[in-house]
Amino acid sequence: MTDQSTVTLFARIAPAKLDALRTLLATMTAAPGLADPHNAVIPFYQFQQIHMARFTILEALTNDDMRLHGRAPRPWPPTLAFVADIDGPVDVFLAELCIRCDAGLRQIFSHCLGFRSTHPHLLQWLHEHLEPAQATYTNWRGRTVLQVRQEQTLSATIRQALPDLMQQPANRNPNALRQQLRAHIEALQNNGEIELSAPQAAPIGRVLRRWLHAIGIPLLLLALLPIALIVAIPWLIWLRYLERSDPENTERPSADHLDRLVAQEDLNVTNHFNVFGQVKPGLFRRLTIRALLCLLNYAAQHIYHRGYLTRIQTIHFARWVLMDKGRRVYFASNYDGSAESYMDDFINKVAWGLNLVFSNGIGYPRTRFLILGGAEYEQRYKATLRRNQLPSECWYKAYPGLTAVELARNARIRDGLFARHLSQRALRQWAQDL
Amino acid sequence: MGTGPVSTTRPGLHAAPEYDDIQGLVRYGHGHLSDSCFLLLQIQQADAARQWLEAAPVTSAATSESPPDFALQVAFSAPGLIALGVPESVIAEFDLPWQQGMSGNSGRSRRLGDVGASDPTHWDWGGESATAPHVLLLLYSQRGRLAEFQASLQDEVFDTAFLLVGDALTASAGGMREHFAFVDGISQPAPDWEQKLDPVSERDYRHQMALGELLLGYANEYGQYTARPLVDASHDPAATVLPPAAESPHYRDLGRNGSYLVLRQLEQNPHLFWSTLNHLAQGDEQRRDELAAAMVGRQRDGTPLEPFDQQGNTPPDSRQRANDFTFNGDPLGQVCPLGAHIRRANPRTGDFPPGANTLLKRLLRQLGFPRRHPGEDLIASTRFHRILRRGRVYGDVLSPEAALAGTDNTPRGLHFICLGTDLARQFEFVQNAWIASAHFAGLGGESDPLLGTREPLPGGEANDSFSLPREGCPAHRVSGLPRFVTLRGGGYFFLPGLRALRYLCTRRDGENH
Repeated sequence: MTDQSTVTLFARIAPAKLDALRTLLATMTAAPGLADPHNAVIPFYQFQQIHMARFTILEALTNDDMRLHGRAPRPWPPTLAFVADIDGPVDVFLAELCIRCDAGLRQIFSHCLGFRSTHPHLLQWLHEHLEPAQATYTNWRGRTVLQVRQEQTLSATIRQALPDLMQQPANRNPNALRQQLRAHIEALQNNGEIELSAPQAAPIGRVLRRWLHAIGIPLLLLALLPIALIVAIPWLIWLRYLERSDPENTERPSADHLDRLVAQEDLNVTNHFNVFGQVKPGLFRRLTIRALLCLLNYAAQHIYHRGYLTRIQTIHFARWVLMDKGRRVYFASNYDGSAESYMDDFINKVAWGLNLVFSNGIGYPRTRFLILGGAEYEQRYKATLRRNQLPSECWYKAYPGLTAVELARNARIRDGLFARHLSQRALRQWAQDL
Repeated sequence: MGTGPVSTTRPGLHAAPEYDDIQGLVRYGHGHLSDSCFLLLQIQQADAARQWLEAAPVTSAATSESPPDFALQVAFSAPGLIALGVPESVIAEFDLPWQQGMSGNSGRSRRLGDVGASDPTHWDWGGESATAPHVLLLLYSQRGRLAEFQASLQDEVFDTAFLLVGDALTASAGGMREHFAFVDGISQPAPDWEQKLDPVSERDYRHQMALGELLLGYANEYGQYTARPLVDASHDPAATVLPPAAESPHYRDLGRNGSYLVLRQLEQNPHLFWSTLNHLAQGDEQRRDELAAAMVGRQRDGTPLEPFDQQGNTPPDSRQRANDFTFNGDPLGQVCPLGAHIRRANPRTGDFPPGANTLLKRLLRQLGFPRRHPGEDLIASTRFHRILRRGRVYGDVLSPEAALAGTDNTPRGLHFICLGTDLARQFEFVQNAWIASAHFAGLGGESDPLLGTREPLPGGEANDSFSLPREGCPAHRVSGLPRFVTLRGGGYFFLPGLRALRYLCTRRDGENH
C-alpha cells in the first residue's frame, strides 16, 4: 500500500513583490484560482503522484480581531503556502519537483524572503521551509492517483459495455453478468487497452509501526488517566469561564471579500477551502487546540481513512497546521459540492467536531463544554468562517469531475469484478453499483 | 443597527402571529382567485411611487367573512428599495443574495444552473439592470375580472410613479396540473403558525416547519432569529411604526412578518418532453408513462411511487398518501429513483438516517457508525432546506397526446414562486445541491430529469442521463436527454410586512425629487 503524504511549505513573501507574485500565480490558472494543468511554471499534469495541490497567500485579513480580546494584534507578513497531497514520501516528491520545475520554482520563490533565483540549493531550501501539519485527513488511505485513473477508465469501459450486455436476459443474473464483464475486461487487459496495476505491498515495518501507534497512544493515555482526572476539573472550570467571557464576532464578511471567494467556487465538482485564523490569546487555548488536533489526527490515522470523517463523506484531503508559534491555525481542505452545502453539511452533521477545534479561534460563536453551541449558531458560524477564509491563488486536482463517493464506487466495482468469491448479497450489491 | 445576541427560543412563549401585518400570499395561495398577473415595475418617480404604495390595497393574511374578490401583494428588489430612498445602511442588513440579485454574479448563475440557454444574458427580463424590476406587483382576481382590477390600480399616480418592464406575466391557477401534465404543488411545508413546535427536538422528517423559515422575526429551525435589518428608532423616527425585534426589543424590526420571494419564469417544452419519452419508450404508451412517472417520482395524478409512510405502512387515504411518505424504506431508489424530481426537491430525510432511535445509536451515528450501505447519510436534515411554493402556470396545459402532436407551440410554463427567510440556505441550496447537482445522493452525470440544463460538467463529461436503480442488477440508464425547461427571467424580492411597507414608503428629508 502506498501511503499518502501531505506537503505543507511556507515562505514569507517580500513585501514589495506581493502583487507580482499574485500576478505570476494567476498566469498558472485557466479560470479564477483553477490551475491550468499544463501551465509552464509548474506543469502539474506531469506529476503522477499529486492528487491535489495549491498555492495560497496567507494574509491575516482578520488580524485586528485580536483587539476583541483587548490586545494589540501581532504583525503577520504575507506568507506563501504550498500545499500538496501526494502519493509516497515527501522527499522523493520534492526532489522530482526540483528536477522537473527548477526554473518555475525559482521564479515563484524569488518573490519570497531569503531566496534568490540563483540560490545554489533549491531542494534544501524547500526542505527548510516545510512545516509539519498537526493533523491530516485522507479520504481513503492507500488510494493512489494511478489507481483513481485506472479505476475510472475501468468503470467507464464497463458502463459503455452495459447497454449491450443487458439486452441479453441472462445477464439480469449478476453472476452471469460478472463473468461476461470479467472476460471482456481481461481481453482488453491482454490487448494492453486497459491497465490495472496491482497495489504495492506495504513494508512490514510500516504496518507494525502503525499498529504500535494505534495501540500505544490509548495505552499511554490510560497510564496518564490519574493525572488527567486531576487536571480535568480545573481545566473545565477555566474552560467554562473563558467560554462565558470570550468575545464573539458579530461582523458579517464584506461583499467584496465574499465575491473574491465565490468567483473561484464551483468551477469543478470539488472546491478548495482555506481558513487562516488566530488562536484565542493565552496558554490555555494554545495547549487545548494542540491536544485536540493530536486527538483528531489519531482518529484520522486509525479510524477515519476509509471514505468518511465521522458523518462527512465529501472531503478528499484536509490538514490543520499551527503557525506563528501556535498562535494561528491554517486549515486547508478539498471537498465536493458548493461552499454553502459544505458549511451546512458540517453544521448539521458535525457541529460538535467543528467546535472542538475551531472554538479555540478568535471570534467563534459561543460554545458550551467545547462541543455544544458554537457552529449551531448557524449564521454567526458562517460569518466567522467566511471572514477567515482565503481564496487560493492556484489550485490543482488530478481527476476533475470525480467526487470522493465516485472514487469509492469505482474501487468497489473493480474489487467485485476480480474478487475470487462473492456472496449472493455482495454480488447483487456489486451489480447495483455498476 | 445591529444583530443583537443570538437567542434560543422556548416553545409556547410567543404571541399569535399578526395576520393583519402579514401579506396574504404568505398564508394563502389565493387558489379561489383563478386569474392573476404579475407586474414588473421600475420606479421613475419616487414620490409618486411612495404615494401609490401607501394607498395600495395590499391584501393581508387576516381572515375575512367572505373570501376577497381580488388580492394584491407587493414585493421589492434591492434596486427598488434604493430607488425608494431607503438608506443604504438599512439595505446592507438584508440577505446578501437579495442585495446582489439572482443574476448578480456569474458564481451564483453557476450554482443555480442558470447557464447555457438559461444564462441571464438570454433572459426576457431581470438579466441586466435595464430590465431589472424594482417592484413586483402580484394581482389576483376572480375569473374574468382581472382587467377590471388592474385598471382600478393603474391610476394616474401609478402611471407617474412606475414604468412597466416588458409585458405583464399573466398566469392562472389553471387547475392542479403543470405543463408536463402532472398534478403539482402537493408537497408543502406546514408553517407552525402557533409556534408550538420545538424544532430542535423534532428531528425526524416532518411537514411542520418553524415559522422563522417562512417569516423574518420569528425563530427558525435552529431556534434562532435570521439576520435582518433592525432599526434604531432614536436615529430613524420613521421606524416607530415598526414592531420591536423579538430578541432585542430596543431595536425596531423591519423584517418582521416579511419574507423573501423568489420568482423564476420557467418556460416548459411539453412537446419535447413527451416526444423524447415517446422515443425512449419506442412508442409504447405504457412504458412512456412509466418513464415519465419515474422521472417525476409520482404518477400523473400525483400518487407517489413511494408506497410507505414513516412507519412503513401504506396510508389508506389517497389524499394522505400523496404527501405522507418518506424514502426511508427505499434508500437505494429502487422504487422511486434517487434522481426523481420529487426526491431531489424534497429528500424527506431527518437529521439522522432511519434507525437512530436510542441515545447510544445517535451517539454512534454522530461518529459515523454504522455504515449499512454505500451512499447512506449523504443527504440529511431536509428541515433546513424547505421552501413554501406559490407558483402559477401560464399558458394552456396540454394532454400528453396534444403535446406530442406538437401543433400548439405557444410559450407556456411556470411562474415559479417560493418564499423563505434565508435565500442561500433555502432556495439556493435546494436548487444547487439537490436539483442541479450532477452528484446528488451519490449519482453521477445526471441533474434533475425535468429541470436539468444538460450542460456538460467541468472537465467535459456529459450530464444528460437519468438512472433507474434496480434490485440486483445495474441501474437502467437513459442518456442524451435534451433540456425541457428554460429560464426566461427571474429575481429576488422582499415581501414586507404591512407596517414595514409603510416604513419603506416614508419620505426622507434631504432627498431631491
